[in-house]
Amino acid sequence: MDSSQLLGITTFTYLFASFLYIGVLLFKAGKLGVAATAFTVIALLIQTAGLALRWIESYRMGIGHAPLTNMYESVLFFSWTIIIFYLVIEWKFKTRTIGAFAVPLAFLATAYASFAPIDKGITPLVPALQSNWLLAHVITCFVGYAAFAIAAALGIMYLAKKRFGGRDKTGSTSEVLPDLKILDDIIYKSLIFGFIWLSAGIITGAVWANSAWGTYWSWDPKETWSLITWFVYAFALHSRYTRGIKNETIAWLSILGFLSVVFTYYGVNFLLAGLHSYGSG
Amino acid sequence: MQNNNSVWQFFSSVRLALFTLSLIAITSIIGTVIPQNEAGEFYVQNFGPITARFFGVLDIPDMYRSWWFLALLFLLAFNLVICSIDRFPSVWKQIKTDGLAYSEERLAKMANSHSWQHNCSAADTADLLEEKLLNKGWKLSSRPHDDARLVFSQKGNWTRVGVYVVHTSILVIFLGAIIGSLAGFKGSVLIPETKQRDRIFLYGSAEAKELGFGVRCNSFGIEFYPNGMPKEYTSSLTIVENGKDILTRKIEVNDPLSYHGITFYQSSYEAYQDFIITVKVPASGKQQVFVVPFQQQKSWEDEGLKFGIINAKAIGQSIVSAKLWFSDGSAAPQLEWIEDGAQLTVETERGKYLVSAKQMYATGLQVAHDPGVWWVYIGCGLMLFGLYVAFFMSHRRLWLYISPAGTGSQVLFAGSANKNRPGFERQFGELKEMLCSE
Repeated sequence: MDSSQLLGITTFTYLFASFLYIGVLLFKAGKLGVAATAFTVIALLIQTAGLALRWIESYRMGIGHAPLTNMYESVLFFSWTIIIFYLVIEWKFKTRTIGAFAVPLAFLATAYASFAPIDKGITPLVPALQSNWLLAHVITCFVGYAAFAIAAALGIMYLAKKRFGGRDKTGSTSEVLPDLKILDDIIYKSLIFGFIWLSAGIITGAVWANSAWGTYWSWDPKETWSLITWFVYAFALHSRYTRGIKNETIAWLSILGFLSVVFTYYGVNFLLAGLHSYGSG
Repeated sequence: MQNNNSVWQFFSSVRLALFTLSLIAITSIIGTVIPQNEAGEFYVQNFGPITARFFGVLDIPDMYRSWWFLALLFLLAFNLVICSIDRFPSVWKQIKTDGLAYSEERLAKMANSHSWQHNCSAADTADLLEEKLLNKGWKLSSRPHDDARLVFSQKGNWTRVGVYVVHTSILVIFLGAIIGSLAGFKGSVLIPETKQRDRIFLYGSAEAKELGFGVRCNSFGIEFYPNGMPKEYTSSLTIVENGKDILTRKIEVNDPLSYHGITFYQSSYEAYQDFIITVKVPASGKQQVFVVPFQQQKSWEDEGLKFGIINAKAIGQSIVSAKLWFSDGSAAPQLEWIEDGAQLTVETERGKYLVSAKQMYATGLQVAHDPGVWWVYIGCGLMLFGLYVAFFMSHRRLWLYISPAGTGSQVLFAGSANKNRPGFERQFGELKEMLCSE
């Protein structure tokens, strides 16, 4: 069995877990919840094994490096961090409804990795990527991205609850969603958590750039977009301290911020040219 | 500082910060869509002469250094300074607040408060509870209030400065960037193998800059993976000062060489059609290096040797192997294919020679001197530390008000935290259990 088979199984297990979580939400079938969590944990373990195996495979090929160096690998790592972040929230806040929004995100990411026409091979590292900063930079960025993905999912939940919560007579779904206050609290906590990691991601990137090129900041499109994303979240965090800005605005900002994350991570590679073209293969 | 001046209020407001943040974020997009630092021609061709002139007025081709973008960054920094000066005194007051000046009524109204009866006298109860809190790491101070006693303890009062540490860190990063742009320089230099350069060319101008010492490229090499991808670019450099070799080191991408605050980064290379031929005569121990153009003959007069490269195989621009022509006049010239960089032993009637040939390259170095970079790094460290303190550490305060009640005593336990209130509620609950239990 090789890593791509394991990662393929992961995709389908996340799909199944997504259905279970959506079932919990739509049909108030609380008993499905345990199964949903169980399948998510199983998928996470299979994925962990898959990523570890891919790492080992790269060493067998004589070009050993962590599986974090191209679009395929980073998308897989992204989904892995989303699931870990989600499971921590499920455990801390004792609610499974967020799973119906978060686990499908991880499924979409793994499905994209498996089925999109991107290079799935293990390729050796070009000289610019051969640095210890690679691990620190990629991990910090993606932990931040995962937190922002969850925050965006929560933002959608918040807006849905706000819109249908009051006048939903048939009433089931939005009742199951957590309280607006709780949602707002988790959104805020996800944003501050993500903000620290994004800051660390930008900083490790700057230090790395300085050790490779002698310039810690060169306004290359990837750098600039990461800074734009940082500003969007800085805006969201400061907006809490301004009267007249509603919690709803923060929900919208968590969605806007995540769109900026997606553009920084994905859009820049394909739409804009720059130094940072490693991830596009 | 409570200042009612409307200008002051404007520059200290969060609204101005939100406005500036969004304006910087939105305008930053321009430079990611419109290619930066191209020649004037480029903009005329791609956007038409009128748009190009408009771009010129607004410095769009170099927007991140334009007057208006720098003005926005300055506005952000100014806003940060004013807002911090505005708010810091009240934060400082909260840090320095005398927790023992609180009244019983005020404590009873706190979100976290609990009261119970104790059988012992007020003094004994106070001693007992104080010891319990001390054992949990809460340092105490106390003061008598009539016949009652007020005990106060706090943790993390300094964490209230966290957000100001973050704001300061941004200013420190700006400071580092300013120092770098005023006192530093960036440029590049192309050094052919075996050659030395004493000056570099600065970016953004055709100006040459004397380094104050020389850099010689001894050799440059490219390694490839089996699939043909480049694996490593390596240059062997020697720093030459006053005609003497000071130090020799290999550099790679991600592993630069620094000397006198000037750092040399491996960044590019150029392949020549020339070859570097090294000939060694083991009998006499003599060795010499020659730069030999492709298909031209070179001679080493002293030794009576003639040699050249008459053919070569290449992948792209990189020579894989070369056909060496070598003669010492004693017999027919030798012809042999050798791999790029490999050494060949040539034996003739007159003697034995060690000959190696490799393609000649020039190494392209990025050269930077940036005295601001440590400020930037200190700012970055401060930022991460400040963010952690601002978001994840809180100022927690506990009070015990112990008053005599009949033969026993009455205890009022209260607490507050400025952040993470659910977490503090849990901690308060645990402490309450611990204090209530006998």
